[in-house]
Formats: sequence, C-alpha cells, structure tokens
Amino acid sequence: MKRRHFIKQSAAASAFLAAGSFGLSAFSANPKRKHITILHTNDTHSRLDPFPANDARFANKGGVARRAILIENIRKENPSTLLLDAGDFFQGTPYFNFYGGELELKFMSMLGYDAATIGNHEFDNGLEGLLAHLPKANFPLVSSNYDFTNTILDGYIKKYITLEKDGIKIGIFGLGVKLEGLVTKKLFQETKYYNPIEISQDMTKILKEQEQCDLIICLSHIGYSYENDTVSDIRVAEATRNIDLIIGGHTHTFLPKPVVVKNKENKEVLINQVGFAGINLGRIDFYFEEKGIESRDSKTILV
Amino acid sequence: MKNVCLYIFIIFILGSCKKTEYTVTQIEGKQIEISDSIKTNETFENLLKPYREHIEGQLSEVLAHNVRDMKRTDGALNSSIGNMMADATMELANPIFKQRSQKNINIVLLNFGGIRSTMGAGDVNRKTAFEIMPFENEVTVLELTPKGIQEMLDYLVSENVAHPVSGIDVQLHSNNKIKSVTIQGAPLDTTINYFVATSDYLRNGGDRMYFFEEAVSETPLDYKLRNLFIDYFIKKDTIDFMPDERFVKIN
Repeated sequence: MKRRHFIKQSAAASAFLAAGSFGLSAFSANPKRKHITILHTNDTHSRLDPFPANDARFANKGGVARRAILIENIRKENPSTLLLDAGDFFQGTPYFNFYGGELELKFMSMLGYDAATIGNHEFDNGLEGLLAHLPKANFPLVSSNYDFTNTILDGYIKKYITLEKDGIKIGIFGLGVKLEGLVTKKLFQETKYYNPIEISQDMTKILKEQEQCDLIICLSHIGYSYENDTVSDIRVAEATRNIDLIIGGHTHTFLPKPVVVKNKENKEVLINQVGFAGINLGRIDFYFEEKGIESRDSKTILV
Repeated sequence: MKNVCLYIFIIFILGSCKKTEYTVTQIEGKQIEISDSIKTNETFENLLKPYREHIEGQLSEVLAHNVRDMKRTDGALNSSIGNMMADATMELANPIFKQRSQKNINIVLLNFGGIRSTMGAGDVNRKTAFEIMPFENEVTVLELTPKGIQEMLDYLVSENVAHPVSGIDVQLHSNNKIKSVTIQGAPLDTTINYFVATSDYLRNGGDRMYFFEEAVSETPLDYKLRNLFIDYFIKKDTIDFMPDERFVKIN
C-alpha cells in the first residue's frame, strides 16, 4: 500500500513538471528579461599602442588603454558582460619580439578577458614560448580541436568552459586553424589538429545536453570564409546545431556587421569578426526570456 | 494533510533542482570603433610607457650608416637591398653552419617578396631591421643535388625578378637562356651537391620554391633573419650596396 502510494505521488509530481519547465518560476510575477553582452576582439597582434598618426589606414585607431575605457563603460551599463578573444593576440609589433607575449597576456588580464582561443601566431615562440607566459593570463585559453596531450601544454588548455551570468549559463569552445603548412613543425611539435566541424558537433552536444547551456559561443581562429572548400566559420555554422554565436578570426575580416547563417536545423547562427589590431570591438547583446512562458519561438535579430 | 505536504515537498525539491531554461528572444550586434574620441585609461598607459620607451630606445639606437637609398626594384635581376640581405646572410650564417657541419654555405637564396621595405640613406637602427624583415623566419641550410640546383636555376630564370642571391653568379642571354653560372667563383659543377642557405619560409614551399623540398639534408641554424640583419648592422659601420653583376641579362 505504501509503495503504491509513493509511485502515484511521484508520477503526479513528474506530470506537473512535464507540463512546462517553469516549475517554481510560475509563482513569480513578470518573468525577468535577461540581458547578456558579449564583447569581442580578434587578431589584436600585439597592438598595445594606437596606430601612429601618420598611418595610412588606421591613424590614431586602437590601443589597449582606450579599449579599457570602452569596456569599463559597457560593463557599468551591463554587469553581465563577457569579453572574449578569437586568437592571434601575439606577434605584430616589437612588444612581442622584445617581451615574448608577456605584455599582451598581462594587458588582456587587466582588461578582464573571460576567455581566448589559440591562433596560429600563439605558436610563434614555440609551445615553450606560450607556456612561459601563460601565468600572466588570469583567463583560460580554450581550444577544442587542438590536442596538446603529448606536449608540454598538456593540462593547460581547456576543451571548453561554462560561465554563468545573471542565471544564464554560457558555454564556450574554441577552434584553431590547421597548423601544418602554416606553422613550422618545430614550433607546434606534437600538437594534433582535428576537424573543426566534427569537434564542433561534439562540443555543442556536450554543452547543450550535458551542460545545459542557454547560450553557446564558438571562439574560432579558422577564418571567416574561403573561395576553395577549406573549412571556415560559415561552414561550421552551416554544418552544426546549437551554436548561437561564432566569434571569428584569422582572416582579418572587417565584417561591417554580424552575419546571420542558417544552421543544420535552419536556425540562425551569428558570425562576427572585427578586422584586426584592436581597431574595433565587437558587441553582441543577447536578450533572454524564460522558455515556455511567452511561447516565443522566434527571435528578433537586429544587426 | 500529510499527503499534501509530501506532494508539495516533492514539487519543491524537483522544481528547484530543475534549471530554469531560457531562450534567446532578441539579438543586437554592432561594431564599435576604437578611435581617439575614447579616453585613455591612465593605469594602462602608465604601465605600458616604460616598456614603450625601452623599446623605442633600443630600436632607435644608431647601429650603422647607409650611404644611399636602397629598394628592391633598383636593379633588374638583383637589387642593392637584396644584395645586402643575401651577402649579410652569407657572412653571418656561414660561420655557424661551418661550426655545425664542417662545411661551407655555397649559395644564399632569399625572396624578392620578403623584402618588406625600402632602406633610406642615413642612420640604420634596429627599427630598420624590423621594417625590412618583420617576420620571424630563420635561416636554414639545404643540401641540393645537381637536379635540385638545376630546378633552382630554372626557377630563377622563369621568375625573372630580383630574388636576393649571394655566392652565385648567373648570366642570361637576351633570350633568357643561361649563358654562365659560377658558384663561389668556380663554374657550376653538375656532378656535386651544393649547400644553399635560405629561410624556413621558403624551405617550406613559400614563393613556390618547391626545389627545396628535394633537399637531401637540412641544417636549421636557429637564427632569425631579423637578428642576423641587426648583428650585421652592428658589425658594419657603413652599408654600401648597389645592384651589381651577380644575376644579369647580357644583351
């Protein structure tokens, strides 16, 4: 009798939950709209200073000290802000040649980066060169398709990370470009490269199903798009599901605005890339509502 | 009553364990230019300043004097600046190669596209080296067979630009056929291997120099070309190069 009674009760409880995932929140008055701001850079290439006044293309643009003020102001406006980088923060000015990347990582830490992925130029001083300055980074380096198992970087690089901001769970994974033919073998040593599309399929499955992320971001250094069939951000977006945003790099593409691509499930994926050298900061604002309450399946994308 | 309490309790437990699911309803995207209208963070600036000044000091220290403006296009098949780069590589890389292999570099071959800047007459400093060689490429020495050397010569003839060379003299007829080739002052010996110094970029197929892939041995020197040029400027008081007769077409 007792046992039967229990089964009946739990069945009732499950049925209640199955009716909607709102559970307790059904008691709260108006559902709170959540707002997450994603700020991003790519290919900053050791440009800690603004370009000189006589530069033909970018006179007086960029500089970490200005980026700091800009980010500070946006964080004041929305404390639920993430700052991400899509790789190649090393190499490009004598700051790198003289200090080997120490300053780039130190300033990125001061700027409050939440994560960055590994670009091909992060290998420029070899795995030793990257490892030597990693202690200067107070944020994780995320790379899902480079396998560092048989290298000195083993254990230092994250396959993916999850963060929570204002109750929204955000999953971040990283993609790196094929190293062979681009980076000298001596520099990347036994680092293994895996197909970005297959890895993205695995990562999104983990982040969506296992980690139950509300927002999935791919930090990519594979390049925006190519004329030949080289794997690119566009191809990854099209061939996968559950990615909300791809923050790209490598091709130094100045996208005038984020590009919207349909994924495998015909859902929208945003791709953005902001040129190089820290001339621009990308900003994507995501607004969330509790699932089921407003039964809104469609979303508005304003770019 | 007891049952109702339990019922509520179960709902409460399950309900609070279950994560609230959110869905994206709106996305806004834009790009913000970091222009000089944005103020400078003083903490950042003060931290960066001593590093900047140290680098500026290092880079602007005068190392040598350059007697004339040099550019990669001031000769047809060889140039003043290309000759300087190739000769500097021969002079500074050979002692290292000799120490490692007991052999001498016979030929230096760099690439025209790799000369990234002109070099004006006047003071030469480290900044000059960064300008003419912004990349991290290192010197490597490859042992080429007679077949490899022939392919290298065919490449030079077909390219018809002033790729920097040293240690080799090539004369072409006006119809682009090779008239003569000497290596280290002696006629080309088509039965022996030669040691060619180049950059790791070119060795890996850069600028379609695929003949390097057939090398029978390789000795990387772990010496960045930029550092080599800096060392060369330190070593020399005066930089004095002109286009010469090392690679020419005879009319």
